[in-house]
Amino acid sequence: MIDDLITALGAEFVQLSLTPIVIGMLAAIACALPGNFLLLRRQALIGDAISHVVLPGIVAAFLVTGTITAVPMMLGAGAAAIIAVVMIEIVKRLGRVEPGAAMGLVFTTLFAAGVLFLEITDTSSVHIDVQHALLGNLESLIWFDAEGWGSLLDPAALATLPPQLPRLAVVLVGIGLFIFLFWKELKISTFDAAFAGAIGIRTRVLGFALVVATAVAAVAAFDAVGSIIVIAMFVCPPASARLMTNQLARQVGWSVVFATISAVLGYVLAGYGPGWFGSPYAVSAAGMIATVSGVILILTCLFGPQRKRVGQQAEA
Amino acid sequence: MGFGDYFISALFLQAGYNSALVAIGAGLLGLSAGSAGAFIFLRKRALVSDAISHATLPGVGLAFIIMVAFGSDGRWLPGLILGSAISSAIGLLMVEWITRKTRLTEDAAIGAVLSVFFGFGIVLLTVIQTMSSGRQAGLENFLLGSTAGMLISEATTIAVAGAMAAGFVFLLRRPMTLVAFDPEYAATTGVNVRNIDLAMMGLALIVTVIGLKIVGLILIVALLIIPPVAARFWTNQVGKMIGIAAVIGGLSGYVGAVLSAAHAALPTGPIIVLVAFGFFMISALFSPLRGGLASALRHQRFQRRVHRRQGLLSLARREPIYDGLTIRILRRAGMIRADGVATARGRIAAEKAAHDEARWAMARRMLPDDSAIERYDGLTPIERMMTPDQIAEIDRMIHNAQTTQGAKA
Repeated sequence: MIDDLITALGAEFVQLSLTPIVIGMLAAIACALPGNFLLLRRQALIGDAISHVVLPGIVAAFLVTGTITAVPMMLGAGAAAIIAVVMIEIVKRLGRVEPGAAMGLVFTTLFAAGVLFLEITDTSSVHIDVQHALLGNLESLIWFDAEGWGSLLDPAALATLPPQLPRLAVVLVGIGLFIFLFWKELKISTFDAAFAGAIGIRTRVLGFALVVATAVAAVAAFDAVGSIIVIAMFVCPPASARLMTNQLARQVGWSVVFATISAVLGYVLAGYGPGWFGSPYAVSAAGMIATVSGVILILTCLFGPQRKRVGQQAEA
Repeated sequence: MGFGDYFISALFLQAGYNSALVAIGAGLLGLSAGSAGAFIFLRKRALVSDAISHATLPGVGLAFIIMVAFGSDGRWLPGLILGSAISSAIGLLMVEWITRKTRLTEDAAIGAVLSVFFGFGIVLLTVIQTMSSGRQAGLENFLLGSTAGMLISEATTIAVAGAMAAGFVFLLRRPMTLVAFDPEYAATTGVNVRNIDLAMMGLALIVTVIGLKIVGLILIVALLIIPPVAARFWTNQVGKMIGIAAVIGGLSGYVGAVLSAAHAALPTGPIIVLVAFGFFMISALFSPLRGGLASALRHQRFQRRVHRRQGLLSLARREPIYDGLTIRILRRAGMIRADGVATARGRIAAEKAAHDEARWAMARRMLPDDSAIERYDGLTPIERMMTPDQIAEIDRMIHNAQTTQGAKA
């Protein structure tokens, strides 16, 4: 067992598993951080809507530029996310319907349009399809030039890291900075929007900035890990964290912990778990990461110290 | 045969038995989805059905694995439907359980259930891929729907289940309406709100699992949401709204299935959703009740009346008019000449407007609490809102006021 562990953490591990695990962690944390505020503002499903409209954005970017490079794809996805948010607002006002219905109408329509574009245009030369959009390709983000742990200090090898890794790191730092710098404003406007407005915080601008941060996280993470993880990480780690504590700072901390556990454990279970049952194949890492985050949520629902509503008595 | 010809013939069920069957099945599915969705929409729980539909995937995967383990082909549709129904029911109960037992809100529970169940379903799909490496399971088709190569038995299953769901809606329409509008009142009349809520979601569940094959589990929720949202533009009455939603859903399913049959490259689910969105756009723009066009027209008509009235009052006070729109309106009505001087007709109309305005001003002083005063929009002539007796009284008061003023001067 110990020997297994040592070989498991050897050079092959660095080459094949280290980068996917790190990328999975970065993506999970980048989504979980804004997810905390979305959860408390009862906008948890914005993440769901945004990750559905990323697909048409990417397809549109491909149709316009004819290439599948990162920058136009991310711009297209970002634009689609903003269009979706605006459309949701229009449908809500025009039809005077509840936000959930407006959201459901907009994101299914845009997703359907994305699938249709994908099917009727010739995208066979490039690797975009619905499966990829849903599942990502975490397993394929390996580090070819790594020869062992020493490669972490080798600039030549570091230059060949999958580009998703530095990109996600930058996005994570950006989102972390946004939350750190506007901590007080975000906190006040999340818990008491009227009070926040009264002391001069521009709640609408801040709310929009939060949606933009969500979109950035969704788009960056989507490219690497697919939309299942994105949706799961927006909701599950913050929701579990909410059941652990009554303090926002601790909740954010817990959500980072849960996101990290989900990413690492999920990847390991997907990659190595089937081997323990004698199967030579791996299962979907993205799906397994989402599953682990769900198991964590169930555990916190059952045992989390702050799982009850205020005033709700413990039931037998 | 061109696409257009084929579309027309398919629309009238003359393009082959199979596509006719699929179109009818999709139409029935849309019908029951639209009517069931209407209640969920009124109850403001549209996205719960999104959790239900995503939660079907593990059931599909497990049902396939179990059927293969018992030596069958694994693709038997009723078995897969049963599996998906069980797992989405578990998903639905999880949403209920999380919202009831913990402090988390329903939207968080929805997001958690849909992503986790879907993720677990994807894990099972990858297991199935490795398990039956030689055999194409084709379960991916449940994500986005596919009608190509649909068996008659499958189409019949869908049609029968769709009709059953529609019947179920009909039976439960009264308690569901009550709960959708006023759950507290419904509870006092002895309706078990929680059970009716579960029944509503059970309907969504039935629609979802029978729609898996045609529309796919990612987009089926659109068939539950878009028709009622579109129907809401046309009426303020529940009964009518449910009927309209059912018709829009049925047409979306039918036309979408026909379109995708006429063009093999078009996937069925997205087409049906986009057709439904087309109905939404038509409703949002052209409905006479709340449509964009109707409200724009109403707004314009009101604006013109205000400008006309204010222009005439200016004429009566012999003030010059500068506003472009006012000048255009008065010119077109023949009230003023090109140089801005009032015509004979314009002077008469202006006098009349000023007289009306004076009567209203006096009426406001005399009867400040009268209902006509409260409803006055600044435009309606006083004759239409008050009785001749009242107006005669007002005129006498105006006359008195003028004479006393004259006496003072």
